[in-house]
Amino acid sequence: MKLVRRLLDATEKPFLKGGKLQRLYPVYEALDTFTFTPGKVTGGKTHVRDAMDQKRLMMTVVWALVPVILFAAYNTGYQANLAIERLQALHGGELAAFALDNWRTSIYVSLGLPFSSSHFIACVVHGLLYYLPILFVTFAAGGLWEVVFAVVRRHEINEGFLVTGMLFPLILPPAIPLWQVALGISFGVVIGKEVFGGVGMNFFNPALVSRAFLFFAYPADISGDEVWMAAQGFTPDGVSGATWLSVATMEGPGALAEEGPTFMEAFIGLVPGSIGETSALACLIGAAVLVLTRVGSYRTMLGVVAGTVGMTLLFNAIGSATNPAFHIPLWWHMVLGGWAFGTVFMATDPVSGAYTQRGQYIYGALIGVMAIAIRVVNPAFPEGMMLAILFANLFAPLIDWFFIRAVVKRRALRHG
Amino acid sequence: MEHYLSLLFRAIFVENMALAFFLGMCSFLAVSRKVETAIGLGAAVIFVLAVTAPANYLIYTYLLQEGALTWVSPALADVDLSFLSFLAFIGTIAAMVQIVEMIIDKFSPTLYNVLGVFLPLIAVNCAILGGSLFLVERNYTLGESTVFGLGAGIGFALALIALAGIREKMRYSEVPGGLRGLGITFIVTGLMALGFMAFSGIQL
Repeated sequence: MKLVRRLLDATEKPFLKGGKLQRLYPVYEALDTFTFTPGKVTGGKTHVRDAMDQKRLMMTVVWALVPVILFAAYNTGYQANLAIERLQALHGGELAAFALDNWRTSIYVSLGLPFSSSHFIACVVHGLLYYLPILFVTFAAGGLWEVVFAVVRRHEINEGFLVTGMLFPLILPPAIPLWQVALGISFGVVIGKEVFGGVGMNFFNPALVSRAFLFFAYPADISGDEVWMAAQGFTPDGVSGATWLSVATMEGPGALAEEGPTFMEAFIGLVPGSIGETSALACLIGAAVLVLTRVGSYRTMLGVVAGTVGMTLLFNAIGSATNPAFHIPLWWHMVLGGWAFGTVFMATDPVSGAYTQRGQYIYGALIGVMAIAIRVVNPAFPEGMMLAILFANLFAPLIDWFFIRAVVKRRALRHG
Repeated sequence: MEHYLSLLFRAIFVENMALAFFLGMCSFLAVSRKVETAIGLGAAVIFVLAVTAPANYLIYTYLLQEGALTWVSPALADVDLSFLSFLAFIGTIAAMVQIVEMIIDKFSPTLYNVLGVFLPLIAVNCAILGGSLFLVERNYTLGESTVFGLGAGIGFALALIALAGIREKMRYSEVPGGLRGLGITFIVTGLMALGFMAFSGIQL
């Protein structure tokens, strides 16, 4: 550790004021504060003194994401190996020629690992071969924009991007082309965040803006039945790649019960889907971390749950002869698709969400209601969580406005 | 009843005047700096749309449409005045706006002053003329026109007020100099439209 400190101190000079590289100071500063806690504290008369700072806040979110990421790596590989196993069974045990087209598969085979869904290490390695390139591209492309803006606008590189960069790969389908990852995160970081001045000043969750941009710009690569298994190209005849959520919303809970996973499988997350969204269990652990450390708002989460429960029961009660999605029971809504991940990690974003305490209940409830409504009523999108949160982001400032207004009025009445 | 409810829902969300058709952008961008003003303008737009849509429906069906004048005399069955519809619609809208202006001036002079020139400008707000033209194009009935006008107004007001909420909070943002004002508002409008895409594709 001392070596790193010395190394940093030795390279500091050209970055300081008057130095040759002073414009690149944010890059140096980011490296420094990433490795060491800065010694700077607030001067003058501060109102609040707390050990919590932005860096610790963001790192807590990253820690909460660890179970999700670990499970994501395993499940992505597991689903890929499972699909290949089934395909091999269909083709009489032989791996079709097209199997080696993919560069990831070439690496995988050259490592000597078997396409076996029961081989734990093989699944993790296969999953990482999909997850890591996406993560790397996200940080390279998004990080580049962060540095450009920090240098030009002379502010520090903020830890906020660390969280955005961790969240974004987890909500993508594993088979997404890498250039789209770069394009998406560039849009999200620049238009979703940096044009407003950076972290804390944006209105829309940058990861969700990126995802929504890709969703509407390249629907073929991010929705539909083909993209949810890492082993794209392995899923033609015989093996369906549809997510169980789209089976449930298109064909109803009956089809889900017949062909789909058991509830426990879906809860643990052993189903095809976006890289990190499948496991409700991992999200639940993340939720516990966020709530206990008070980093994520439990009010928002409760609001989402309440909105979901209310809307689902309403749809169940209305019923429909033509739309089987009306009959999806509550517990399935909560384990399929991105509901759990969205509730825990996306809705609780303190920047783009409501920040008044009572407003957070309303904000959360709006997300829950919208998510279920889109899933059930809108045939174009089987999943509604992402769009619901983006929609609620629009109204978060307004919700806050009304609650602040109410407080101001009450105080005026009390104190004249 | 269910039909009218679904029409209302569609007019508010799926076919939002501001965020799906981008109509009425001038007042949408200009009067969204403060939530209070936006609420005032939103209410005015709701009222004007809800009144002009059925009024224009009546004018079109009983005066302008081909054969509409048959009720005056059977000899006029061939007369087609629909080329006058733009003129007639704008005339109705302008008259309605005058009434709204007088009402606001009487009951809330502050709001009247804040809205300033944008109140009379509702008369040339594309969202309102668009509402009247849509109902002709889609062959709505009188009841449908009223519900559609009301819904389109509520949708516009909702988008306008949400934008005002965002812009009030944006005072604490640090927008690059070149984008301040209208530039960033265009970007926000685009992102809001992305959020409203959630409704696209809903068939009711």
